[in-house]
Amino acid sequence: MEKKNRKGAVLFSSYKPGEGVKKALSLSREDILFEIRESKLKGRGGAGFPTATKWTIVAAAIADQKYIICNADEGEPGTFKDRVLLLEYPELVFEGMVIAGYTIGATKGIVYLRGEYEYMLKSLEDFLESMKKDNLLGKNILGKENFNFDITISLGSGAYVCGEETALIESLEGNRGEARNRPPYPVNTGYMGMPTVVNNVETLASIPHIISKGGEWYRKHGTDKSSGSKLFSVSGDCEKPGVYELPWGTTISELLHIVKAKNTKAVQVGGASGLCIPKSQFERALAYEDIATGGSIIIFNESRNMLHVLKNFMEFFVEESCGQCTPCRIGNVKLLEGVEMIEKGEYKFSYINQLKGLGKTMQIASKCGLGQSSSNSFISILENFKDEIFNGNGGANGK
Amino acid sequence: MLVMEKNAMTEEIEELVLKYGNQRSALIPILQDIQRKYKHIPDFAQQEIARLLDIHPVEVFSVISFYSFLNTEPKGKYIVRLCQTISCDMQGKAAVAKAIERELGIKFGETTRDSKVTLEYANCVGMCDQGPALIINERVYSKLTPEKAVQILNELK
Repeated sequence: MEKKNRKGAVLFSSYKPGEGVKKALSLSREDILFEIRESKLKGRGGAGFPTATKWTIVAAAIADQKYIICNADEGEPGTFKDRVLLLEYPELVFEGMVIAGYTIGATKGIVYLRGEYEYMLKSLEDFLESMKKDNLLGKNILGKENFNFDITISLGSGAYVCGEETALIESLEGNRGEARNRPPYPVNTGYMGMPTVVNNVETLASIPHIISKGGEWYRKHGTDKSSGSKLFSVSGDCEKPGVYELPWGTTISELLHIVKAKNTKAVQVGGASGLCIPKSQFERALAYEDIATGGSIIIFNESRNMLHVLKNFMEFFVEESCGQCTPCRIGNVKLLEGVEMIEKGEYKFSYINQLKGLGKTMQIASKCGLGQSSSNSFISILENFKDEIFNGNGGANGK
Repeated sequence: MLVMEKNAMTEEIEELVLKYGNQRSALIPILQDIQRKYKHIPDFAQQEIARLLDIHPVEVFSVISFYSFLNTEPKGKYIVRLCQTISCDMQGKAAVAKAIERELGIKFGETTRDSKVTLEYANCVGMCDQGPALIINERVYSKLTPEKAVQILNELK
């Protein structure tokens, strides 16, 4: 696997393969949990749950078998950081899993790789083989007695909702990828009913760096409440799209400058389920305390029709809603119909306002993160771009 | 299906069950292997998988119907999935889509008469920085132009 010349403070900083696992195995489990707690690492999928808390619960659980699952079902529109990590930095991801396994007392790790990334499967499996040869996987890893750990890769089959951790577990167990009621959480009742850690690819990739360089070093990057750095997947209207590692707390306008975006009208942060940020708010920071995100950044310049953007997002959710719960299954269809009414110029403001109310209901009443966040873009685009959409040349260009 | 074909299919599924196990979690890997080879999961295969995993055939059908990469009706040798999500859309997806439709003489959701190509849309395939992108079976192609997309399709054997 060839490595591109990437530069970054944490994930893209220099790392010698095997270093993290070696260091971890010289530490006690408590010490590892301490370092991760010190680092204040939070889940990088977007929800931002403290990783140390998750691991501590599973480490404390008493069970015959525990599992560590790497969530590589990156399906959020505009996100491709996991693609880069898995293709160029697989050692970080897999070693993160090995360290997790050692810490929580698991012997089995599973990577849930989205079906669209099947082209990576061969190279990832080859890499796992080479890790076995180096004794970074398998039995008595690096001579540590009784520490056995193996990683297998399971392929998804094209369902966005499987990025939700309980839906992902359902899918791994051979079922429809429908989210479960929570609680119980996977840390108690996860894969096969056993305590399970489900972590994002990027979260796991941060672990070897934290272990080899220390939690305090990691915390030096980013802000008080959002430690470390974040990978941003930047696409849309800019000269240099791609994956960037930036410290948390970077403002949107700083990011736009780095990627050389011009005449920017709006930035969609967090993909289709995220928020659409207008120009007036470009000084806001990308951080858990301001705009929390899994890292998808889509840039729109002045020429873009925001209603068209919104329609694209709502079509996405109508297709990807699993249909299990009513607010999401029917709500998204209603929101899309609303967008089409605006497009044709056949709408009543009172009805559009009702739909915004429906969106808020979906945020509360839906069963999983998909339905709880799918109306974000509907509400934020109609709010922030109402002049463009309803006045002047907006709303089917003034019809 | 001929009896001989049925027997061959049963044998094949038995081998897959040996490979992945006969527990429920083996279901999706087995379905994926059958899908990869036959481009769909025939009724008979569904019944045999259900029998060998000791679950109801409805359970098998229910799982197939949930996932967009699994299907019960035959598809072409090559399944072409063009990313329709916003980043690819802004980079010229529509022009690529039209060029492909014209060239193949079919619309999205259809299969060519020689069963060679099925044309579909996919949601975000994770190539947003290099759009428009499409996936053919499991290979990914990026930075497409209408001309380049058509050329790729014409090179399919």
